[in-house]
Amino acid sequence: MVSIEQYGEFETSWCPGCGNFSIVKSLKKALTELDLAPHEVMVSAGIGQAAKTPHYMNCHMFNGLHGRSLPVAQGMKMANPEMTVICESGDGCSYGEGGNHFLAAIRRNLDITLLVHNNQIYGLTKGQASPTTVRGMVTKTQPDGAPSEGFNPITVAVAMKAGFVARAFSGEPDHLVETIKAAVNHKGFSLVDILQPCVSFNKVNTFAWYKERSYILEGHDTRDWCGAMEKADEFDEKIPLGIIYQNGRQPFSNVGQLATQSYNKDDLKAVLQSYR
Amino acid sequence: MSDTSINIVIGGAAGQGLATVGTLMAKAMTRAGYHILVNQKYMSRVRGGHNTFTIRMGPDPVVSITDDIDILVALDAETLELHKDDLREDGLVIHGDDIDSAGFNALRIPFKDLASKPLFYNIVALGVLGGAACQDSAIFETLLSETFSKKGDAVVEANVDVIRKSFEWVKEQKVSFSCIASAKESNTDRLMLNGNEAIALGALAAGCNFLSFYPMSPSTSVADTLITKGRGLGLKYEQVEDEIAAMNMAIGASYAGAKSIVTTSGGGFALMVEGISLAGVSETPIVTIIVQRPGPATGMATRTEQGDLNLVLYAGHGEFPRAIFAPGNVEECFYLTHRAFDLAEEYQTPMFILSDQFLADSYADVEMFDLDTLPETTKPLLKTESEPYKRYELTEDGVSPRMIPGYSETLVRADSHEHDEMAAVTEDGANRVLQNSKRLSKESGLIQDVIGPDHYGEEKPDVLLMCWGTSLGACLEAADTYEGKSIAVLHFKQVYPLREEQFMDYLEAAGEVVAVEGNATGQFAKFVAQETGFRVGSYILRFDGRPLSPQYVLKGLNSII
Repeated sequence: MVSIEQYGEFETSWCPGCGNFSIVKSLKKALTELDLAPHEVMVSAGIGQAAKTPHYMNCHMFNGLHGRSLPVAQGMKMANPEMTVICESGDGCSYGEGGNHFLAAIRRNLDITLLVHNNQIYGLTKGQASPTTVRGMVTKTQPDGAPSEGFNPITVAVAMKAGFVARAFSGEPDHLVETIKAAVNHKGFSLVDILQPCVSFNKVNTFAWYKERSYILEGHDTRDWCGAMEKADEFDEKIPLGIIYQNGRQPFSNVGQLATQSYNKDDLKAVLQSYR
Repeated sequence: MSDTSINIVIGGAAGQGLATVGTLMAKAMTRAGYHILVNQKYMSRVRGGHNTFTIRMGPDPVVSITDDIDILVALDAETLELHKDDLREDGLVIHGDDIDSAGFNALRIPFKDLASKPLFYNIVALGVLGGAACQDSAIFETLLSETFSKKGDAVVEANVDVIRKSFEWVKEQKVSFSCIASAKESNTDRLMLNGNEAIALGALAAGCNFLSFYPMSPSTSVADTLITKGRGLGLKYEQVEDEIAAMNMAIGASYAGAKSIVTTSGGGFALMVEGISLAGVSETPIVTIIVQRPGPATGMATRTEQGDLNLVLYAGHGEFPRAIFAPGNVEECFYLTHRAFDLAEEYQTPMFILSDQFLADSYADVEMFDLDTLPETTKPLLKTESEPYKRYELTEDGVSPRMIPGYSETLVRADSHEHDEMAAVTEDGANRVLQNSKRLSKESGLIQDVIGPDHYGEEKPDVLLMCWGTSLGACLEAADTYEGKSIAVLHFKQVYPLREEQFMDYLEAAGEVVAVEGNATGQFAKFVAQETGFRVGSYILRFDGRPLSPQYVLKGLNSII
């Protein structure tokens, strides 16, 4: 049996009260409850406050570039499908810098889990608008209000018929743990967009703001695409939490245990012979 | 040495199948025991335009392409118009009914008489060409049988019938064209392949089992070949959303134990550059193939240039070690790619192969690659005895033991930030110096492993042609044919790092050193000056998108000497 202590406790560089504390704790708890030991988990992270997550837990870690955690995670899974591969990043990394990778990862459907710590603001660079910042929010670099519409990752993912689309909230840790477990168990690409207050730089979407609006979905048919689109679009007075949509799409299968693979020399020779 | 070769140019519009005729002809001649070298020029379009497929063949090894034409197969009128000035005096023009060749030594093919439908016109052209080149139809018949065997007996018979008829027809014609000398050997174990195919095979021979790429001319056939030939072996591959994903995915796979390759051209590589820096700091092995075309930006998609040396030399922010190989021919494509994989794993840092469109599409006959004598490539660890495992352990040679995650309980942590031995982020100044110096100290090993330049000719020549990568053949032939002065050639197939003691004597002993490069600014010569202080006397540079030919180099030499 795996215990949560195996994942360790680390000193962090997050602000007191940051939603990230709850997320990393929930992730450790979810993996423990799935009986996955740290050496069975690979975490690929980008850059940002959220992307520091694997530094604060025991696991295999590749902390790469801003926006590029998804390609790295997919490369890992293709080279070692026996590992549980988790991609950790924020809204800027996953939906802005890495937006194209987000779309491609949904289409490709490798069996990995993307956890997006979505605080609707850039925290690491101290408070600029992110792709999910609501239109009109005033920041230091958007003094006249963020000019673009906020990106709703859930509607995009559902529209693309991603295999597993969920929203959670750092302020509902028990629900978050269950959601992460379901996402990891899903065979194929799974997205968990995790609402998370940024106590330092987002004075609009605060803990209270999320708490007031969010509610845990009950009796929602996650296989009904039209119903899922309706729920996905709900992000104003009410914000639904839970699995919004899921289906049984075939996961990407061109994968192999590449570290232990070697070619048969006769097969290689036959390849060369084909050029005679 | 007298030239025993003939040069055949097949020209026409895209979509007319000239590459089919050319490839079959080149393959048949390889099987007949001739040495061949192909040069393909084509436009960035699927239909129309003017393309050529040139085969230089002879009983002796063919080191370079040439501009002079012995046989011109004109599939359209434009071909004759564009190339008539390059025809040798006794040169032969082979063409169809619709072209006026008055005044030329010409062979007009009655396509309609020799083939029942236009589908077979290519095969007619192949047969007439084979016949005019005084070859035997049997080799062609066997080749066609193999080529079309998957399409069934009826297709095979129809093609063989057409080729036979075409050969017979040529025999009845009065062709005044002197036959090429017979092949010296009938070595059936020779391969015919182009530079891009040889790169792919070299990678497979090194155990490459992961490819992520985004298609870009003229690199795409490296990926095509890897997939076609590698998938049955176990290669995993994915055509991804963009070059940034290609590089990062390959790095992720490499971290998890794959032998990763990425294939692209200059523009795509520009997008990968941040990832190269990531491979450098995270110490992840990665082999990148850059098949150059003229830039800047979109440039000329299907033409050739050696213009991206500077890009690859300096690609990636920050400082980290690398090695860059630049094959001069098809054979070197294979062996240098194999070596790049070995060094990537040994030094855990990015390795590059710098080729270009000319070599990419240049078929040549090569001796069967000997897999049994290839060195074993370096392997990472699957487990370690030393706990705690330090991914970035400080060592004397800068190489830390690289372990693959997932095969033991030991955690493997890698990071793009500056980090300590355990991969934890730190901004500590002393640690930064230690880790950065550790990574850079791998250069001292890489320097020891440098493949020095090949020197051809006298040690104290009047003129030394200094070249790199694909300009080798043109320089060798120009040096061989130049009369009156001694010309030697110094060819670099590894362009970074440089090890002065391997070549400075050659540079200093020559009367004059001339840099020959397929770019406008002499990038390599300037790099040599920067590294060694040695400045070349003059340059022969070509940057019109066409490959360097011996004639071009000779013309340059005549204006210098």
